[in-house]
Amino acid sequence: MADSDASPTGDPLIEQSEQAEIDAQRAAKAARLFDIRRLIGGLFLIYGVILVILGLGESDKSIAKSADINVNLWSGLGMLVLSLLFIAWALLRPLGDDPAEA
Amino acid sequence: MLAAANIRLDTNLVDYAILAIYFVAVLGIGFAAKRYIKTSLDYFLSGRSLPAWITGLAFISANLGALEILGMAANGAQFGVYTVHYYWIGAVPAMVFLGIVMMPFYYGSKVRSVPEYLRLRFNKPTHLFNALTFALATVLIAGVNLYALALVLKLMLGWPIFVGIVVAAAVVLAYITLGGLSSAIYNEVLQFFVILAALIPLTIVGLHDVGGWDGLKTAVTKVNSKDELFHSWTGTGVGAVDNPLGASWIPIVFGLGFVLSFGYWTTNFAEVQRALSAKSLSAAQRTPLIGAFPKAFIPAVTIIPGLVALATIPGLGGKDPNLEFNNAIPLLMNEYLPNGMLGVALAGLLAAFMAGVAANVSAFNTVVTYDLWEPYVASDRSDDYYLRFGRIATVTGIVIGIGTAVIASGYNNIMDYIQLLFSFFNAPLFATFIIGMFWKRMTPWAGLWGLIAGTAGAAAAHYGNSWDLINLGSDQAAAFWGAIAAFVADALVSVVVTMFTQPKPVEELQGLVYGMANDPDELSAEERAWYRKPSTLAIGVLGVVVILSIFFI
Repeated sequence: MADSDASPTGDPLIEQSEQAEIDAQRAAKAARLFDIRRLIGGLFLIYGVILVILGLGESDKSIAKSADINVNLWSGLGMLVLSLLFIAWALLRPLGDDPAEA
Repeated sequence: MLAAANIRLDTNLVDYAILAIYFVAVLGIGFAAKRYIKTSLDYFLSGRSLPAWITGLAFISANLGALEILGMAANGAQFGVYTVHYYWIGAVPAMVFLGIVMMPFYYGSKVRSVPEYLRLRFNKPTHLFNALTFALATVLIAGVNLYALALVLKLMLGWPIFVGIVVAAAVVLAYITLGGLSSAIYNEVLQFFVILAALIPLTIVGLHDVGGWDGLKTAVTKVNSKDELFHSWTGTGVGAVDNPLGASWIPIVFGLGFVLSFGYWTTNFAEVQRALSAKSLSAAQRTPLIGAFPKAFIPAVTIIPGLVALATIPGLGGKDPNLEFNNAIPLLMNEYLPNGMLGVALAGLLAAFMAGVAANVSAFNTVVTYDLWEPYVASDRSDDYYLRFGRIATVTGIVIGIGTAVIASGYNNIMDYIQLLFSFFNAPLFATFIIGMFWKRMTPWAGLWGLIAGTAGAAAAHYGNSWDLINLGSDQAAAFWGAIAAFVADALVSVVVTMFTQPKPVEELQGLVYGMANDPDELSAEERAWYRKPSTLAIGVLGVVVILSIFFI
């Protein structure tokens, strides 16, 4: 990514940071291991389960409050779907195997 | 079925548990990101390693602060569908321009910040002026966000203002100090989904309650009989202005659409920084373009709730301070959401507030380190030194932010205060950038004096209007005209000063001006796919906006 032969701008401050950037390549590689997709999937999995449980036990009065829609149930199901999509994406295409990185 | 509108949320233990889970995730990201930070570039630009979908969502999230959400819902209730101008005219074209035209210079020249570009293109005085005003503006805006967050916490949960400010500041401080920009960006991506998970159900339930889109029209017409809230361009003819914004198409297109919007999206480092952290030029170009797609559709979940609130909450926008337009979304949350979903909505709103603070703080620490401390105070130190300094700058920024939150509390209308900051700091910058990028002859000193003149132009328009020396129409129209004044003053002075000063030798402009972009790195096989080309995305999103605009004319 960084052209080490010549800094494109020839500016001393940036040249200095170019070296840091090369060192950063390894750290960057490591940073990819920490996958945001799993985090999003995980958070919405927890939220989805909580909301679906709440939705199943919702009282009629509470459903009437939200225009006769069982908000917790439907939102919870939506979040579970979102969560599964992210987890599937993270599992099917793990970061290390990204063709762009090869 | 409508009880007296009450804004204090009916929260229970489940809502607090959901909120707590969110905070654990936020801090968890901070700790996880910390393990991978080895250099200052990791800390300030995420090691230029992130994929485009992450930087793209972070790009839009950095803008999707709670002030934006609450403010746009308020605009929705006040101006109706005309609010789409803030998205379709006032954001998407500028994002496309940033990605297609400007990013090759920002990313290709390897600058680490927006002020740094000015140092290379112009001179150190221009750089210093911009770095100082930017640092000041970001810390003020971070303070506004903190204060607004504390206000909402007080209103919805009954927390005292000071407790709200300190708790929010502490959480943001923890995750940015630990994990730097990666932490901020990852949290922004998470926040993007949480805020949508809050707004989409709210919008659907509200719309269902009033009987769908047609029901909404009927219900709103009962409150506002003029049927003017469901158009975007009708009544914007010059001399025949008859629309709730109170502006003709000239200030809308040139003030909001051109100067204000291009100034904000293309030169505000809190935004551009997200693109600079991308892993390649192609990914950096796609960052604002990917962000533009959600931006085109976000009005659905801000304007519709605003209109639903107008239709269903009697007295909205009236004298009762609890019923301000700005409270439209919290009022609807209380109206419709059961415990559980209420907690998610609360988490989304707090997430959006913290993102607003975090985006500004992470831009502030970078500019203070790379653009003030490194070049002017302590050059040639080790990278470790700047990494440590960056963490100290973060803490300092947040502490000053808490202080400026107190200044913000002195203003009656927070949105006016923010608009004022933007028209002073952002509008002139765009003129300097656009002329500097496309006109090689523009001289270094023209950079400095153009910026100063632009800021003075914005100030003249603002104070001229508020002291009744000139009449610029509604507050919105005045803000749009102020931006035009800043742009014109900056452009004129830049041209005049250029006539009388020495330009930079053209070889020093390599990579910085139009026609002299650095050759991009080879595209990876994956990046060559047609659907990953910046031009495909740009045409796609512009097409979406044109179709939507025709539909809602």
